[in-house]
Amino acid sequence: MTTTRSRYSSDEVEEKLFSEISQETLALTRRLFLQLIRRPSTLIAGILQPIIWLVLFGALFSKAPESLLPGGISYGRFLGAGVIVFTAFSGALNAGLPIMFDREFGFLNRLLVAPLRSRSSIVFASFIYITTLSLLQSFAIMLMAFALGFGWPGINGLFLVLTTLLLLVFAVTALSLGLAFALPGHIELLAVIFIANLPLLFASTALAPISFMPVWLGWLAALNPLTFAIEPIRAAYGGHLDLRIGLLHAPYGEVNGYQCLVFLMLLTIGLFLLIRPMLNRKLA
Amino acid sequence: MSLVELKNLKKEFGTIAALNDLSLDIPEGSLYGLLGPNGAGKTTTLRILSTLIEPDAGSVMIAGLDAIKHPREVRKQIGYVAQEVSIDKILTGKELLHFQGDLYHINSELRDKRIAELIKRLDMSEWIDRRAGTYSGGMKRRLDLACGLLHQPKLLVLDEPTVGLDIESRSTIWQLLEELRFQGTTILLSSHYLEEVESLADQMAIIDNGRVIAEGAPEYLKQQLGGDRVTLRVREFSNELESGKVKDLLANVEGVRQIVVNRAQGFSLNLVVDNELVIQRLQTHLNKAEIPIFAISQSRPSLDDVYLQATGRTLMDAELALVGKRDKKQESKSSMR
Repeated sequence: MTTTRSRYSSDEVEEKLFSEISQETLALTRRLFLQLIRRPSTLIAGILQPIIWLVLFGALFSKAPESLLPGGISYGRFLGAGVIVFTAFSGALNAGLPIMFDREFGFLNRLLVAPLRSRSSIVFASFIYITTLSLLQSFAIMLMAFALGFGWPGINGLFLVLTTLLLLVFAVTALSLGLAFALPGHIELLAVIFIANLPLLFASTALAPISFMPVWLGWLAALNPLTFAIEPIRAAYGGHLDLRIGLLHAPYGEVNGYQCLVFLMLLTIGLFLLIRPMLNRKLA
Repeated sequence: MSLVELKNLKKEFGTIAALNDLSLDIPEGSLYGLLGPNGAGKTTTLRILSTLIEPDAGSVMIAGLDAIKHPREVRKQIGYVAQEVSIDKILTGKELLHFQGDLYHINSELRDKRIAELIKRLDMSEWIDRRAGTYSGGMKRRLDLACGLLHQPKLLVLDEPTVGLDIESRSTIWQLLEELRFQGTTILLSSHYLEEVESLADQMAIIDNGRVIAEGAPEYLKQQLGGDRVTLRVREFSNELESGKVKDLLANVEGVRQIVVNRAQGFSLNLVVDNELVIQRLQTHLNKAEIPIFAISQSRPSLDDVYLQATGRTLMDAELALVGKRDKKQESKSSMR
């Protein structure tokens, strides 16, 4: 109330603001992790599925001639980057599901009648949760790929992998949260997730380089955000840490590592701007 | 002094008008009952004053604050217990209470103290450390109520607090509400149970079609109606023809104000009469015409009569009329945010 507020100096108000936002964000995040720990099937499936991809697909093309792929690397090495990106991507695509279920079960109303310092806390909590979860899954896949003999990016490479994955996870999480508020229910959200998942995987350079693809598919792959995340990670695995080197031989020209990262950054910013009005409307 | 002042609220969902110019004053310290059939606009009113939705027009003042301009300040004053219990099945009751405490920024020491108090008060200690997915309806409702009380709100808002509950949980909740009022909390509850409003509320409003049609203390509303009520059955189960004849016969008896044939009660006759003397005159008339009497009884006006007088139909009829009249698509839209 106004009378109590005037008692605080502006510094104290700010400190209180920060402590209240962290208190509510922490509570919201803790709830998501408690749900995960007590119902770990999402985490387990999220780790098992890409391992199956890695083992099965890796085996399927293991006899491909070494000279087939650019740089003469083995298929397993080639595939690793694709599966890591796909894992992070599909994990982040599910970010909207907890919020969607909270909407449907009326739990969101409990949050909306509470005097939250900022309703962005609800969004922050989802970001913290999904980012942690996606990185955890990706890391498990990297270890598995290492165990299968598909390589390890090294310390500097790891930093590049992390940066790329974070950018992709932020963008996709923003998209999924936007959908969680825009779509009528979880059935529709699941439908979008199913439709987006596999086609985006196949129309990217996760499983094959652009040079293998017919022209139209090459175009799709060269415009697919997943490709822009896969190529820097593949470069990190190949030990090519110079981002000025062209990584992607797209139909419209050569794309280097910097350009890949800038594209992902722009995508993230663009999606944030796109969902902001919607979050403001639904959470105002 | 009024704690809540709602003025000329209007709200439409699509083409359906939920509130038509609804105004309401809730005095500080009262236990206020909002009575009306399903779909009358009770939930919409409560959602507006809990800042979940904004009205299309009108003003909402709570504790001197404009709820539309300063929703966050208003939220601190309100404990809202929704009609559909929203509880995370995976958390234990205690974890949910902790979570709730953090959303209201209560420091941990105070929070733990209040949680312990509420567990005792609502008799939840036996099951509060179990996951909420295993709770019965009554347990969930008590936990939900505890969540609403944790930050010690000035105003407690309850939407149909005991609908579908077992008798024990219901009386626990009723008792708690009476204690809270005694301690100075203003309570606003909606209900379509006459009994609940009658036994709890000291002030009430009847809502129908999105507006307030009667307002005041339950006793006052009943007294205002005046007259006595007589229920007459010539046979246990009569028929329309016979009841119609009896109705015509008694219509001109001195002191009879109104006669309604109650189809739902085996075509019994509901009469409004001036005073208790009229009942003898009725018996004399019936004897003369050699019409048997299965039962005749007399009572003071009830809340249902208040409702009948205000709306022209009984609460039961209003509920029945609503079945099958609802727009499913609109409902799913307005129920989700």
